[in-house]
Amino acid sequence: MNINATLLFQSIAFLLFVAFTWKYVWPPILKAMNERQLRIADGLAAAEKGARSLQDASAKSEEALKEARVQAQDILAAANKQATQMVEQAKTHAQQEGDRIIAKAHEEVSNEVERARQELRKQVGELAVIGAAKILKREIDAKAHADVLDELAARV
Amino acid sequence: MAAEEGHHDSGSYVLHHLTNLKLDLQTMSINPEATGFWVLNLDSAIFSFVLGLAFVLLFHKVAKHASSDTPSGLQNFVEMIVEFVQNQVKEIFPHANSLVAPLALTIFVWVFLMNFMDLVPVDWLPGAAGALGVPYLKVVPSTDVNITFGMSLSVFVLMYIFNFKFKGVGGFTKEVLTHPFPWFLAPINLVLRIVEDVAKPVSLALRLFGNLFAGELIFILIALMLAQAFNGIAGAVLAGAGVLLHIGWAIFHILVITLQAFVFMVLTVVYLGAAAETHADH
Repeated sequence: MNINATLLFQSIAFLLFVAFTWKYVWPPILKAMNERQLRIADGLAAAEKGARSLQDASAKSEEALKEARVQAQDILAAANKQATQMVEQAKTHAQQEGDRIIAKAHEEVSNEVERARQELRKQVGELAVIGAAKILKREIDAKAHADVLDELAARV
Repeated sequence: MAAEEGHHDSGSYVLHHLTNLKLDLQTMSINPEATGFWVLNLDSAIFSFVLGLAFVLLFHKVAKHASSDTPSGLQNFVEMIVEFVQNQVKEIFPHANSLVAPLALTIFVWVFLMNFMDLVPVDWLPGAAGALGVPYLKVVPSTDVNITFGMSLSVFVLMYIFNFKFKGVGGFTKEVLTHPFPWFLAPINLVLRIVEDVAKPVSLALRLFGNLFAGELIFILIALMLAQAFNGIAGAVLAGAGVLLHIGWAIFHILVITLQAFVFMVLTVVYLGAAAETHADH
């Protein structure tokens, strides 16, 4: 184990290799590593942001859904109300129409009765004239006895 | 006579594995007996340099194509190591400095790779080299004190650069003279400081060297057991035990080499951190 020039050689080689590593090996490797670290950090941040925005969006959609449900309920209630109203209206209308028809029928019936009565009166008057003529065996002057006949007919 | 021969062989076998391929820089010739400072341990230097080169080229290839997209297998692996080192540095070295983390990364991976040569069976590479006519080959660079001291002394120099850079000459002088005791014990403070600072690179280098050298030595001794495989029944039993021992020691050493690389890196960062620490609060 003699100390000799190998020591000098090794020292020089050592300094050369260290200098080379210092200048050309360490910086690019470290740069790549740091860049990757940054990229990973960025990616994680972006992922977190994405997750947060997804959460926001889902909350918003939930809210919109709730609103729509309420609106639908409102619309349904209004429609129900309107339908009821319409049915009610129709009912009233029908009632009125029915009443009118009945009234008209009544009127017609009474008109008919009146007409029938008129007819009857007239016929009775004629009958009475014919009967009286038969009895008297002579012609009665319808015109002369019109007042009697009318009185008779009015009594029928 | 055979036993005596074997004895002699095992001794030289161990020695052979622990001898560097030495290049005498004064005569520019391979000489295993060369001594003095101007000798280069060719094997340590080449393996260390090739492993370091493999590290920077591999990591640079990844760095060039590094993107912030989903990382592929290799980039993922490299980023895992980078992140691990960065976390360690962040914890230990709280000051702003762009050099410390790449330095720590280089130390961790390079020392790990040098230690990893430990797990290559001890005869493979020296055997191949021998076949090619290379007499000696010590394949684990971190079992060479020159290599470990080469790094720890570089760290030591950096430590002083940091001291001056973060505290200034005045601040550093003041710290050396007034810590841990008050100013009137300045000489004692200075001596303590020198001991403390010298101990840092020495312990750093010797820890790595000691662990790896001992580990490699044990691998060599186990290999000696395996060499007895065809030496009768006793030899076969010994070789069988050697196989189990080898597996156990190799598994254990996977932990050791990683741990030693980690310790070298962490202590470097700790020393630099201490150098950068200003004692303004005192």
